[in-house]
Amino acid sequence: MTMADTGRLPDNIMHFARVLRAAGLPVGPGQVIEAVRAVEVAGIGSRDDLYWTLHAVFVNRRDQRELFDQAFHIFWRNPRILERAMSMLLPTFGAENEAPPPAREANRRLADAMFPKEPGATAEQKPEEETLLDAAFSFSAQEELKTRDFESMSAEEVEQAKKAIAAMRLPIVDVKTRRFKADARGRRVDMRATIRASLRSGGSIIPLRRRSRVCRHPPLVVLCDISGSMSRYSRMFLHFMHAVTNDRDRVSTFVFGTRLTNVTRYLRQKDVDVALGDVSESVQDWSGGTRISRCMHDFNTRWSRRVLGQGAMVILITDGLDREGTENLGFEMERLHKSCRRMLWLNPLLRYEKYEAKAAGARQILPHVDEFRSIHNLESIADLTGSLSRDWPRTEEATATTWGAVA
Amino acid sequence: MRDLPASIDATLSLLQDGNYVSDRALATTLFLSLKLGRPLFLEGDAGVGKTEIANVLSQTLGRRLVRLQCYEGLDVASAVYEWNYPAQMIEIRLAEAEGVHDRKQLGTDIFSERFLIKRPLLQALEPDASGPPVLLIDELDRTDEPFEAYLLELLADFQVTIPEFETVKAKEPPIVIITSNRTREIHDALKRRCYYHWIGYPDAERELAILNLKVPGAAERLSREIVAFVQSLREQDLFKLPGIAETIDWASALVQLDKLALDPETVNDTLGVLLKYQDDIAKIQGSEAAKLLDQVNSELATAR
Repeated sequence: MTMADTGRLPDNIMHFARVLRAAGLPVGPGQVIEAVRAVEVAGIGSRDDLYWTLHAVFVNRRDQRELFDQAFHIFWRNPRILERAMSMLLPTFGAENEAPPPAREANRRLADAMFPKEPGATAEQKPEEETLLDAAFSFSAQEELKTRDFESMSAEEVEQAKKAIAAMRLPIVDVKTRRFKADARGRRVDMRATIRASLRSGGSIIPLRRRSRVCRHPPLVVLCDISGSMSRYSRMFLHFMHAVTNDRDRVSTFVFGTRLTNVTRYLRQKDVDVALGDVSESVQDWSGGTRISRCMHDFNTRWSRRVLGQGAMVILITDGLDREGTENLGFEMERLHKSCRRMLWLNPLLRYEKYEAKAAGARQILPHVDEFRSIHNLESIADLTGSLSRDWPRTEEATATTWGAVA
Repeated sequence: MRDLPASIDATLSLLQDGNYVSDRALATTLFLSLKLGRPLFLEGDAGVGKTEIANVLSQTLGRRLVRLQCYEGLDVASAVYEWNYPAQMIEIRLAEAEGVHDRKQLGTDIFSERFLIKRPLLQALEPDASGPPVLLIDELDRTDEPFEAYLLELLADFQVTIPEFETVKAKEPPIVIITSNRTREIHDALKRRCYYHWIGYPDAERELAILNLKVPGAAERLSREIVAFVQSLREQDLFKLPGIAETIDWASALVQLDKLALDPETVNDTLGVLLKYQDDIAKIQGSEAAKLLDQVNSELATAR
């Protein structure tokens, strides 16, 4: 089969590649040429063959499969689906007797990628325009967004904030481990390397080889409140947690409202929409009541020994408003505090200057945290970065020094 | 020396001979792991008898027990092998004094078995007259991921490459038992290469059998009461539930105190043997213990 025989196929492949690119896959012109060649070689015997041929060329990460799969089916299979996708973007009129099917988030992104200029689509649904906005993002606009409370953000600003969060990195301070690595300026002598180096010169000179300790960030555990009082923030925090989970290893994430759910595995998904979709499917207590005390108890008995090993750091995100009795909360918090390296409490309510920990729950938590910070806008998340990368003494070590000073 | 068991029943009786009361599930997993030469991965709370299995296997099969206790920062030098540096230094000086200038010869002399200090993992690969040894890798969760990754390689081929020396390969793979207290999750890649078994708390019947074996001095009534009390304690909302090791400790302690039956005062005084957290002790001590004891006694009375 030569190029001439395939008729409009190369054009279609090119258009398909453009759709993928607009949907966020890194597809370059080189890949388009490769795809055309691959299809030439493989032939277009069946739809499945075409699917896997294109898949082999365009997809190079596991998390791109979802997008590719949906794009393929919409683009190559059924023009009707295409129509339906288009209708989803058009303003709906009262006469319509059929509600559009609940489309998955990734689907929407694709639809946006295919029909970016469709009238009726809101600004929020146009990634291309967003990119434009990003490029032209003036300094002042960014500044304003930084300090805007998540609660008062418009849909569009929320989208931008999500992007900013995804780009954030959390440099947690590294702690020394008991492992060593070769280091010319290290403090310890690496005997094995020394002897080897010495033999190289016949044993007459012994050049010292040195090594130093390997540093590594401690494990991180995030506990996030998703109850009703936090609902304006919890979406944003989930994006934050997703960014953190994907940025490093040894991160465990939990959400709690009336009960505790471990969402670490879902958040490991690279694609943020798929990850958050999985989370919302698995969590049943969105925006309900809060039972902090109960959830902390669950965490302490069921999870703490499994995830708090090796000096973990805990980030607790909650407003401290507990629907249920809080008499045991102090006790549970104390236990949690004692079994981790450092505990950080992030409270969105702290944005009010005159905030005082008056709620019974908050009063119980406060004595047992190492640091108490606000988290209500982008700036406070960025500040958090600074706090995590600062060097701080371990609680036990601090006590030990005091003892030494006394003696 | 004894041959490897040929059936699940044989495995059960093998454990029984080593004074280990096992359920059939554990015996099945153990049998498979012995038969097919795969490592056995045992997980469970502290004090349920994970480590004991390796001891029992080594005793009953007459094999050498090689134990590697894991800890954070465990590295090749303390787990696999290390060179004897001071001896090597002296050897270099001696060679110098004797006027040996053949560098290659010196290299092979220095890095020979004479100067190799073998650590547990390497020891386990060595041939043994009584058959391949039992390798116990204890509390793997205490070490870090890099060591786990290293272990993957070792468990796949049972060979260790020492760059200066040679590749050491086991003629017959050792019997490998890995235990974990689950202070962190072990990576799936390692679990996949092992047979996994979760050792839970035993039921009353099995716990009584264990107690009769381990603390034969305890009076029949005392043993029954101890088991019933511990079993009901495990239904309470405690931070750390007492394991079998604690039950045995408690029984031995009560025997030492010449007790023939439980009474509230003794329970309160010796609760520290069973429960290891102050909050748990405070919760149970006093009225709660008395209540549990009453319940246990009435249950035992109706059972009789």
